Amino acid sequence: MESTIFGLTPTVFWTAFFVISTFGLYIGIAVWARAATTDDFYVAGHDIHPVFNGMATAADWMSAASFLSMAGLIAFMGYDGSVFLMGWTGGYVLLALLLAPYLRKFGKFTVPDFVGDRYYSQAARIVAVICALFISFTYIAGQMRGTGIAFSNFLGVEIELGVIIGAVIVLFYAVLGGMKGVTYTQVAQYCVLIFAFTVPAIFLSLQITGTPIPQLGFIGNTSEGVPLLANLDRTLTDLGFTSYLQGEKAMIDVAAITLALMVGTAGLPHVIIRFFTVPKASDARKSAGWALIFIAILYTTAPAVAVFARSNFIDTVNESTYSIDVARGEAEAADMGEGATPQWFYNWERTGLLGFTDKNGDGQIQYRADPEVNEVTTLDRDIFVLANPEIGNLPGWVIGLVVAGGLAAALSTAAGLLMVISSAVSHDLCRKVLFKNMSDTQELLVARFAAVGAVLVAIYAGINPPGFVAAVVAFAFGLGAASFFPVIFLGIFWKRMNKQGAIASMTVGLSVTAAYIVHFKIGFTSVVIGACALIVAAVLMILHFGLKDESDTRPMFFGSLALIGVFALGAFGILPDIAMGTADQWFLGISPEGFGAVGMMIAMATAIVTSLATQAPPQEVQDLVEEIRIPSAKAHVSHGPAE
Amino acid sequence: MATSEYQSGNKPEAGLSGEHTISESRFKAYWKENLTLMGILLAIWFSVSFGAGILFRDVLDQVSIGGAPLGFWFAQQGAIYVFVILIFVYSFMMHRIERKYDVDDDEG
Repeated sequence: MESTIFGLTPTVFWTAFFVISTFGLYIGIAVWARAATTDDFYVAGHDIHPVFNGMATAADWMSAASFLSMAGLIAFMGYDGSVFLMGWTGGYVLLALLLAPYLRKFGKFTVPDFVGDRYYSQAARIVAVICALFISFTYIAGQMRGTGIAFSNFLGVEIELGVIIGAVIVLFYAVLGGMKGVTYTQVAQYCVLIFAFTVPAIFLSLQITGTPIPQLGFIGNTSEGVPLLANLDRTLTDLGFTSYLQGEKAMIDVAAITLALMVGTAGLPHVIIRFFTVPKASDARKSAGWALIFIAILYTTAPAVAVFARSNFIDTVNESTYSIDVARGEAEAADMGEGATPQWFYNWERTGLLGFTDKNGDGQIQYRADPEVNEVTTLDRDIFVLANPEIGNLPGWVIGLVVAGGLAAALSTAAGLLMVISSAVSHDLCRKVLFKNMSDTQELLVARFAAVGAVLVAIYAGINPPGFVAAVVAFAFGLGAASFFPVIFLGIFWKRMNKQGAIASMTVGLSVTAAYIVHFKIGFTSVVIGACALIVAAVLMILHFGLKDESDTRPMFFGSLALIGVFALGAFGILPDIAMGTADQWFLGISPEGFGAVGMMIAMATAIVTSLATQAPPQEVQDLVEEIRIPSAKAHVSHGPAE
Repeated sequence: MATSEYQSGNKPEAGLSGEHTISESRFKAYWKENLTLMGILLAIWFSVSFGAGILFRDVLDQVSIGGAPLGFWFAQQGAIYVFVILIFVYSFMMHRIERKYDVDDDEG
C-alpha cells in the first residue's frame, strides 16, 4: 500500500502543497505590485525590463493547452503537429519586425486606441473593441475550463469549484495590481511552468536516449542504436497507425493553418499589449526576442517529449501483462516481473485519463489503431505530459509541480486576457466612446469592475462551456488574423490606408472567418443563428450610442431592434437549421483552423480596394504614420526643401 | 484625430532623444534600409518554415540531421531556432541603422 502524508496520498499532498504555495506567491506579488494610476493599471507604467517582459509574454502566451496538451497532441499527430510549433512561434517574428516597435512608439494603452486614432474614427474604434472582446472571451472560457479540469483531476475538487478558485485568484491580482501585478506574477508563473515542464523532460530524455538534452534526444538513437524517430515511425505503422513522419493533412491545409496561427499570434490583443509595457521601441524588439527564447525552450522540448512519451508508451504498455491485483491496489507493479504493465498506467487509470478493456481476454494490453481490437480505450492526450514524472521515476513531489505548472500556464493566460477585456471596456468603450467626461479615478474604478464582470462571465463559461470553446483555436487565431493584423499592418506600412478601408476590412474579415468556422465547427442551427443576430444587434446598438452625436445612426438602432427579433425567433427554434458543413466541402481543402489565413487575405484585399476607392486620410494622420515609422526617436520629418 | 488626448499618452517618453527634425530624403533612405532589412529577414522566415518545413520537406527529408529527416526537423525544431535568431539580428541591425540616421533611442 502507498504511504500517506497527513492522511493524503503523496501525489495529492504534494499537488496541494505546490498549488497552495504558488498561489500564495502570486497573491504576495500582487499585493507588492499594486497599481495606483491608469498608467500602472494598463501598461505597468511603461517600465518593465525587456527580459522580464519577455518572460511575462511567454507565460501570457503559453496557455494550459501549450503546457498540458500540446506535447500529447503532437504525439498523436506526428508531422501534422508541426503547425502548432511553427505557427505559435513564427508569429513573434512578425510581431518584432512589423508591429511591436511601431505600436510601442504610438504610446497608447490598447489596440482599439491605435485603431481609433490611426483611422480617425469612432466607428473603427468600436469595431476594434468588439473584435478584442470577442477574441478574449472565447479564449478565457477555455482557460477557465482548463483550470477546473486540472483541479478536479488532481485534488478531487469538483470542476465547478476548481473554476471558481482559479478565477478568484486571477481576479485578486488582476484587480489589485492591474498590468503591473499581472506582469510580475506572470514572471513567477513562467519560472514555475518552465521548471515543471523541462525537469521531467530531461529525465525522460536520459532514460530513453541517454542524453539529458531533450532537443538532442529528439534526433538521437534508442538504446539499441537505431534512430528514435525512425523507430517510432516504423512501430506505429506496424500497429496500423498513420506514419509519424508523414502526417495525413494536405500540404495546403498545413500551410494555411501555420500561416493563420502565425498571423493570428501577431494579431492577438493580449500579446500585443504586452509590448506597450516596455520603456521604449528598441526594447519592444528585444523583448519579442526574449519572449520567443522563453517560449522556444518549451516549444522545442515539446516535440521531443512527444516522441519520448509515445515511444515509451508503446514499449512499456503495449503487449504488457495487466494485473487486476495492482489495479485494485493490492500489489505493486514492480513485483509482477518482466513484461508487466508499469505502475503509472494503473495510477492514471484511476483518474479516468487512461482506460483498458481486455477485449480478447488474454490479460495483456494491445494498443492498436483499429478501434475493433485496440484495448487502450481511453487515452487522454494530457497523459503524455502528466505521467512523465512517474515514467522518469522522479519523486512524488514532481507531479505536484507539474500540476502547479499547468495551473500557472492557465492562470497567466487568463490574467492577460482579463486585462484586455477590462481595458477594452473601461478605456475604449466607456472613456473613449460612451462617457467622454470620465476622470482617471473613475476610469480605474470602471476597469476594476469590468475585470470583476469579465471574471463572472468567464466562471459561467468555464462551468457551462458553450459549444464554441471546443473551437477556441480556430476562433481566436482566425479572428486575430482576419481582423486586427491587416488593419494594424496596413496602418503602419501603407499611408494611404483610410478609415473606410479599416472598417470594411475588419467587418468583412471577422464575419467571413467567423461564418466559415461556425459553419464547419458548430453548424448554423436556429439557436446559433439567433445568437449571431444578438451579437450583431449588440454591436449596432453600441455603434448607435457611440456615434449618435456625429451622424444619423437611426438605421443602426432600428436594425438592432429587428435583429433582436431574429434572436427571439432563433432562441425559440423557429428559424431553419442549416446542416453543418463537412470536410469535403472545405474551401480549397482548408480546415476551419486554417481559414484565418484566407480571411486575412480577404481582409487585406477589402482594405486595399475600399481605401483606394475612397478619400485619402487627412494630412495629420499621414504625418502620424511617418512619426510612428521612426519608432525609436522623437523626430519629425520635415517636408520643406532639403537641408 | 482622437477626441480626447490622454494625458499620460503624451508624456515625453523616457529614453527618447530630444525632439528634432529629419529631412525627408534622409527619412526615405532610413525607411528604405529598414524595409530592405525586413524583406531579407522575412524571406528567411518564410523559407525555413513554409519552405523547408512544408513545401520542400520531401526533398530535404532525403538528408538526415542526427536521426531526424531534415525537413521534419525544420518543421519541429529548426524553424523555431531560426526565428529566435532573426529577431535578435533585426534588433541589432535596426539599432545600427537608427544610429546611422540619428533616430536611435540610446540614453544620453
